[in-house]
Amino acid sequence: MRAIGIILAGGDNNRMRELSNRRAVCAMPIAGSFRAIDFALSNMSNSRIKKVAVLTQYNARSLNEHLSSSKWWDFGSKQGGLYVFPPAVNNYTNTWWYSGDADAMYQNLAFLRNSHEPYVAIASADGICKIDFESLLDYHIEKSADITLVCAKGTQEDLNRFGTVKMNDEGRIADIGPAPPETGNGYVPAGIYIIRRRLLIELLQKCAAAGGTDIIKDILIRFKDEKKIYGFRLKSYWRSMSTVESYFRTNMDFLEPEVRDYFFRQYPGIYSKQDDNPPAHFNQGSAIQNSLVSSGCVINGTVEDSVIFKKVYVGKNCVIRNSIILNDVYIGDNSHIENCIVESRNNIRPESDYCGTDEVKIVIGDK
Amino acid sequence: MIRKEMIAMLLAGGRNNRLGILTDGVAKSAIPFGGKYRIIDFSLSNCIHSGIDTVGVVTKYRPVRLNKHIGIGVSWDLDKNYGGVTVLPTFHEESGNAVIGSAEAVYRNFEYMQQYHPEYVLIAPGDHLCKMDYEIMLDFLKAMQADVAVCALPVKEGEKAGFAADLYGYIYSPDEEIPADSRQYKSAGIYIFQWTVLKEALLALKDDPLADLEEDVLPYCMKNGKKLCAYEFTGYYEKLSSPAAYWKANLELLYEDRGMGLNLNEHFWKIYTNSEQNAPVYFSDTSAVSDSIIGEGADIQGRVINSVIGAGVTVGPGTVIQDSVVMQEAYIGSGVLIDRAIICEGAGIGDDTVIGFGEFAPSKLDPNTYNSELVIVGENAVIPPDVKIGRNTVISGVTNDDDYPEGELASGSAIIPDWKEGDNA
Repeated sequence: MRAIGIILAGGDNNRMRELSNRRAVCAMPIAGSFRAIDFALSNMSNSRIKKVAVLTQYNARSLNEHLSSSKWWDFGSKQGGLYVFPPAVNNYTNTWWYSGDADAMYQNLAFLRNSHEPYVAIASADGICKIDFESLLDYHIEKSADITLVCAKGTQEDLNRFGTVKMNDEGRIADIGPAPPETGNGYVPAGIYIIRRRLLIELLQKCAAAGGTDIIKDILIRFKDEKKIYGFRLKSYWRSMSTVESYFRTNMDFLEPEVRDYFFRQYPGIYSKQDDNPPAHFNQGSAIQNSLVSSGCVINGTVEDSVIFKKVYVGKNCVIRNSIILNDVYIGDNSHIENCIVESRNNIRPESDYCGTDEVKIVIGDK
Repeated sequence: MIRKEMIAMLLAGGRNNRLGILTDGVAKSAIPFGGKYRIIDFSLSNCIHSGIDTVGVVTKYRPVRLNKHIGIGVSWDLDKNYGGVTVLPTFHEESGNAVIGSAEAVYRNFEYMQQYHPEYVLIAPGDHLCKMDYEIMLDFLKAMQADVAVCALPVKEGEKAGFAADLYGYIYSPDEEIPADSRQYKSAGIYIFQWTVLKEALLALKDDPLADLEEDVLPYCMKNGKKLCAYEFTGYYEKLSSPAAYWKANLELLYEDRGMGLNLNEHFWKIYTNSEQNAPVYFSDTSAVSDSIIGEGADIQGRVINSVIGAGVTVGPGTVIQDSVVMQEAYIGSGVLIDRAIICEGAGIGDDTVIGFGEFAPSKLDPNTYNSELVIVGENAVIPPDVKIGRNTVISGVTNDDDYPEGELASGSAIIPDWKEGDNA
């Protein structure tokens, strides 16, 4: 494909509460054996984009570990590759943090300048969806658009957080603004764009000159009359993990057969780093209902309506309900966990009882 | 010049008649194992963990799937600029595809070995299960100042010994007087040769296309005054010499914590594989599972007891699977009862079928290969709904109701295309 990819993986998000203390949101484990950024990376790889830059800053260690090799997404080629660009540190007193997604790209203008592909595909790293950038580019060319923004069907919570996109019948974007309260439907900007490389460079320079840092506010809204900005209506599954509740719900979505079929069985697939864990082992006493269990797990107890990530040990007589257990957790015998998200690399003592009542409880546990 | 201390040649093996229809479509080393792996993964993982980064896989039979599985070796970290894994053919212009011996198969890749200028060559089977550090075996060879090291398994009761070695590991030739305190061993088929010694033997035996490592090369070395030593290996080692042994090795994984089978959970000797499935297993509200291993991406809606289920398998609601091995991507309908069976890759089982009922009867197809109670459903075989299948049966290819008179297949029977009762297999 005649495009380079940029994945915006910068965001710090305190709506994720304690979960984002240890990792960037885009490195959040999802659906048992994936990380959020796998979806953006796989979409780009499946669309035959060869050169991809990941722009990251907060808590990037976990993300960097995940991206230690580009081979899982087939980016290790001569004509391309996977690049991770943290903010530049120019001297010991002054660090240039990325102050917005447009600013992050502006600080890496050299990457854009030194490429030769005519287009740039931009995706946020925390969107859970499948998108074919090749057909998105076809749409972009068909509309002779300057910028194409993917718009997804959002829940009221998404609308409140991301705002809504107002489009005319042709798809041209009239405005992006706060959603009318409680309508429950509308399109939200999904953070996925196609734009000509030279135009992006030009707009980023203008944006920076005017002190802007944000794509939506300082580029899309500001240039909406001057440039032809089109919306591409994404009809298929899309979620963005902006809060603990939406993270929890997105994981639980994978208990639906249609969602599993769409992501796990239909072509093209979603790829992730291979961990080479043995297959999950279920001993006597395990009873599992409506749940996902990943490789490397050893289960001895009851698991219901839950998602169990990789290498989790569930002891005897445990009851785990409506919960998400992240990777490398040891749960001692006779424990009860309900409505919780158990943080990764955790050690839950035997006889523990964690129960989220009015909201999902995050269990950090004792290390 | 490229120089490697030790390179490995893995013998992926030919068609193994002893495994019956399990090897109908694939070489033995490419048969799925343990819900995720293929058998060659064990040898390849042993190589990379033992510090061997140059591996030739010598193929003889049906190499396509093996080739696809190994690829350029990414999954085993064997994608190297210098060395790495290479799938080697044993094609020979004059003899075509005639049966050849193991030494001949190695000899036909003489050039491959020569280009790395190795000091030692490890030759190991690619179709056996074990976790073994070849580097320790090499250290042993060096300490013994030997020319050849043979991996030696202690002989269990009732087994035939292959050779005798003294307490230090020195192997006696048949015409030497064997001391009384020597031990009896059988060979594991794993050897380390000094390259110069192997080279000389292969060149001397090159005119015999049936030359075998065990029967010709080792005696040749011994006759020419080379020093052979026995490296004793007492860990888990399985040759998988029959369908029943394959089934047992799978089920033993379930009781690894009780000292049986291989331990797949070791963090520092992981078995690597090239797996297409990455998704977690899904269990529906109607599922029940105990004492089982279930591969990635499987969809379990029925009961699974004491079984090994491969990646991407679908098990319908109301189905019961017990004491069985189901390989990758098989589809099991609803209301099926499976008791003691091997269901191969991609097989499809119709609804309400009973697999494994009644009493054992000797196999009419091949009583030597099929001598257990297991029902074996071949690769991509299809079984229609509502039939009953007796014990010790073999089913291959797409079958329909006409193949099951009165909806049953009697114990000991088989449905194989172009085979009818009374024929020899």
